[in-house]
Amino acid sequence: MGRVDDIAGLRRILTQSRVIAVVGLSPNWYRPSFFAAKYMQEHGYRAIPVNPNAEEILGEKCYPDVAAIPGAVDIVDCFRKPEEMPDLARAAVAKGAKVFWMQLGITSDEAAKIALAGGLEVVQNRCVKIEHARLMGGLHWVGVNTGIVSARRT
Amino acid sequence: MGDHRFGFDTLCLHAGQIPDAATGARALPIYQTTSFVFDSADHAASLFNLQTFGNVYSRISNPTVAALEERVAALEGGRAALAAATGMAAQMLALLTLCRHGDHIVAARTLYGGTYSQLATTFDQFGIEVTFVDADDASAFKNALKPRTKALYAETIGNPQLNVCDIAALSAVARDAGVPLVIDNTMASPFLCRPFEHGADIVVHSVTKYLGGHGTTMGGIVVESGKFPWDNGNFPQMTEPSRGYHGVRFYETFGDFGFTMKARMETMRTLGPTLAPLSAFLLLQGIETLHLRMPRHSASALAIAQHLAAHPAVEWVNYPLLSGNRYEELARRYLPHGAGGILTFGVRGGAAAGVRFIEAVEFLSHLANIGDAKTLVIHPASTTHRQLSEDEQLAAGVTPEMIRLSVGLETQDDILWDLDQALEKSQR
Repeated sequence: MGRVDDIAGLRRILTQSRVIAVVGLSPNWYRPSFFAAKYMQEHGYRAIPVNPNAEEILGEKCYPDVAAIPGAVDIVDCFRKPEEMPDLARAAVAKGAKVFWMQLGITSDEAAKIALAGGLEVVQNRCVKIEHARLMGGLHWVGVNTGIVSARRT
Repeated sequence: MGDHRFGFDTLCLHAGQIPDAATGARALPIYQTTSFVFDSADHAASLFNLQTFGNVYSRISNPTVAALEERVAALEGGRAALAAATGMAAQMLALLTLCRHGDHIVAARTLYGGTYSQLATTFDQFGIEVTFVDADDASAFKNALKPRTKALYAETIGNPQLNVCDIAALSAVARDAGVPLVIDNTMASPFLCRPFEHGADIVVHSVTKYLGGHGTTMGGIVVESGKFPWDNGNFPQMTEPSRGYHGVRFYETFGDFGFTMKARMETMRTLGPTLAPLSAFLLLQGIETLHLRMPRHSASALAIAQHLAAHPAVEWVNYPLLSGNRYEELARRYLPHGAGGILTFGVRGGAAAGVRFIEAVEFLSHLANIGDAKTLVIHPASTTHRQLSEDEQLAAGVTPEMIRLSVGLETQDDILWDLDQALEKSQR
């Protein structure tokens, strides 16, 4: 629990989670957030868009903020600027999410502390899609160094 | 909680290959297939859009080849790799991903002859200009920079001059210029030198040589460090929507492996010098013992260099770690675990004596390759460089009496025996 950055912890989070609120999900197909959400959808996750400027993305209704999402959320996955992270961490705590995830290139120690104090696990500066592909297959096929050494049949 | 950091030897055996999920096979399966079925039309669309990772066609990716790619990426301490049919193809893919018509490269003058020809002749036909400079002088690289310079290019150890590159010094020039330093690490292998640790941004290999290590199989590879800032303004092809891939921005979308993705999905996909799966399997068998072979190649080469230096039929010996060699200091800094298996020496008596020596060796193989498990020997003036005039040979570092030795893994006394008896005959 706490801050998660190791293979076993990331694998556990991705195995136990099913519903991902994608904050800042773009409707443009070539944007990284769209790539990530589409990938997660195709791998059995529900990606709920949080974007006040769109109606529907990837077949899912958009919500203006995390609080407006009906039902439970496992991961709040943030594609927004670092300065927005503390407020998003508070929203994730209020929503009762289990994981506060800041995307590749985004870190915020303040947001991490807020989320940890609220009982959430925290991942930062990692892409949810790349980590899923790294740990559960796929990324290896494009020659990326996954860091995995194992004799287990996965 | 951090992940356990595995040692180099373990990575030689394991990186990039976990047991096959379908069968449990422990050895690497050879996926001898051109193509891979799609789960559905939507899955196919996602693959073609690069929205999901998977295999489509073996020109672009193949699971057996991927194991080799990830293993070499891990051994180099890099982020990602792209394998190619040969070392020549690998360096071409790296440079053509960086450069287009009108761009410029600054390269070491001492490059391997095949590389020199590729850059000086073929790239010239593409409209890519290359300036060759003194490999020992970082300021020469700096002075050769132009507004459209896109890469600095050098070799960890030059062939056949065996000059050792001051990678950190070239890296500083490259960093100031905002362009990547590309290092050919073939002669050292990642066991002896990992150029990323000294500031290189891209590493290329002829995997045919020490990585494969057995003289059976051609192959090449490009590795990216994952640390170059492709959004510095010099590489719009990494940050602007790709014309070749319907608008994908490679750096934004794939981050620290964006260069490898672009090299794979655009340069490799359109030019096609792909490594065969069977070749990848054979090369990986070699890599599994890289950490055992390189210390032996290096130790035998040093012992043989010392022996030859004291031999009356030998005029001179060139080996970077030989005491008094002009590159000894750089070799101690960049190659602390050994300088590899290649050495050159001059037979007393000039070109004619060199030919007599070559014709007298018993089990040392006379051929044009390096990095085999077996000892190889060649007289460059009468073979690889014979088309050149004597002046051109001298400019390439090839003197009439020069013999190049690629020291193998045989019993060291046997190699010395064969050298001694051939040297004796060379003087008759």
